[in-house]
Amino acid sequence: MDLAAQFEALSELARSGGELTFWQDFFVKFYQAFIDSNRWLQYLEGVGTTLIVTAAALCIGVILGSVVALVRVSHDQQRAGHKNPILGFFNLICEIYSTVIRGTPMMVQLLIMSMVVFASSRQYNFIGALSLGINSGAYVSEIIRGGLMAVDGGQMEAGRSLGLNYPTTMLLIVVPQAIKSVLPALGNEFIILLKDTSLITTIGGKELLYAAQGVMNRTYEAMFPLLGTAAIYLVLVLLFTWLLGKLERRLRQSDRR
Amino acid sequence: MIVAENLQKRYENLDVLKGISLTINKGDVVCLVGPSGCGKSTFLRCLTRLEEPTGGKVFLDGEEVTEKGIDKTRAKMGMVFQHFNLFPHLTVKRTITLAPTRLHRMTRAQADERAMELLERIGLADKANVYPGSLSGGQKQRIAIARALAMDPEVLLFDEPTSALDPEMVGEVLELMKELARGGMTMVVVTHEMGFAREVANRVIFIDEGVIKVDKPPQEFFSNPENERLKAFLSKVL
Repeated sequence: MDLAAQFEALSELARSGGELTFWQDFFVKFYQAFIDSNRWLQYLEGVGTTLIVTAAALCIGVILGSVVALVRVSHDQQRAGHKNPILGFFNLICEIYSTVIRGTPMMVQLLIMSMVVFASSRQYNFIGALSLGINSGAYVSEIIRGGLMAVDGGQMEAGRSLGLNYPTTMLLIVVPQAIKSVLPALGNEFIILLKDTSLITTIGGKELLYAAQGVMNRTYEAMFPLLGTAAIYLVLVLLFTWLLGKLERRLRQSDRR
Repeated sequence: MIVAENLQKRYENLDVLKGISLTINKGDVVCLVGPSGCGKSTFLRCLTRLEEPTGGKVFLDGEEVTEKGIDKTRAKMGMVFQHFNLFPHLTVKRTITLAPTRLHRMTRAQADERAMELLERIGLADKANVYPGSLSGGQKQRIAIARALAMDPEVLLFDEPTSALDPEMVGEVLELMKELARGGMTMVVVTHEMGFAREVANRVIFIDEGVIKVDKPPQEFFSNPENERLKAFLSKVL
């Protein structure tokens, strides 16, 4: 029998006060949460937005985090008596940035960005991605800083003693080794970011949770849209964890003996 | 030619170098020996400013070595480290070609050719495309020497090049260093290998308590030590 016709018949029965069995009830709620009126399209659009916002926030976060980490490490590695004042200035800005961002709740930052800084804008997805990226950058910078400092000091000395300057040695010798060691932590940060995109619902960003809430408001049924959303997030996270694992194995090439 | 003038290095409350003056001529093979903590490694590192001296000057070919022009200076002073400090993420060949290509000394193809020549010379041509992780300590140190040689330095500085090696691998590294010395390379070697110093060096320098106590040709240095501290030192290590 046609699923749509069956759904119509069963929901008619429920409306007229008839008793539905557990499985009939399950079917009706599932159908109206995901299939009726092509609602799955809304979830799909939501997933699309979630992924785009995550990708944008990740780019912002990694770029910002790398710059901040490089500024702070290069500042700290200067010799006493040879401190560069310009670098000192940028280092101060970076320290303030990570202190403020890590010291205030993500939710508050999101609301400040949408209601104060960009109060007149309606580009909620963009504002969301920007806020998440700025937030993530502060954490990423600490992860990368840790990775850079964990590379053996002899590597920098070896590069410098060949006549390479500090930035070249940093980029060609220290950074590639640091990337390998920060990848697991960075992957973790990426997963947190993916899930945190659900917060932009509160400022009107149209991602996956927003789609689920839309369906909830239509059907007065919370369970299936929310469980469905949770399941979709879980599948996405599993997918990316697997991809990150593959990337890590690729970067381990030089460890093979 | 390297000239060190009254070189000093002081950490907060520890005087490591108390004024070392030394002239190293072209073609010299100088071995620096002394008890551990005497400042011989620090002196070597001060020459290329891996440590910043707190006093005194260093001249390379008559020009003062300063922080500003340090990269150019270091390209002329190769350094070999106790713990090799090879680049684990680069293949052997890339390790050797990295600096010459980045500093625009050579094209990639020329550098590759030169790297293969060097690898032939040290007998590790078959390792060109492996990563350092798969090499033995002796092989790593020979690669590290090739990496320094790729820049055609005027002088090679060795900071205890065999101290981190298993005993059976010391020979292959010393053999390569002997070959370099015979080829006329100027070398400054911090070492505990007295046999090497006696056989290869033309000057052996005893550093103790941050100053040069003895600077003599190896025959005199070993057969007729006058300095009391040197006598005590040699009786322990020989």
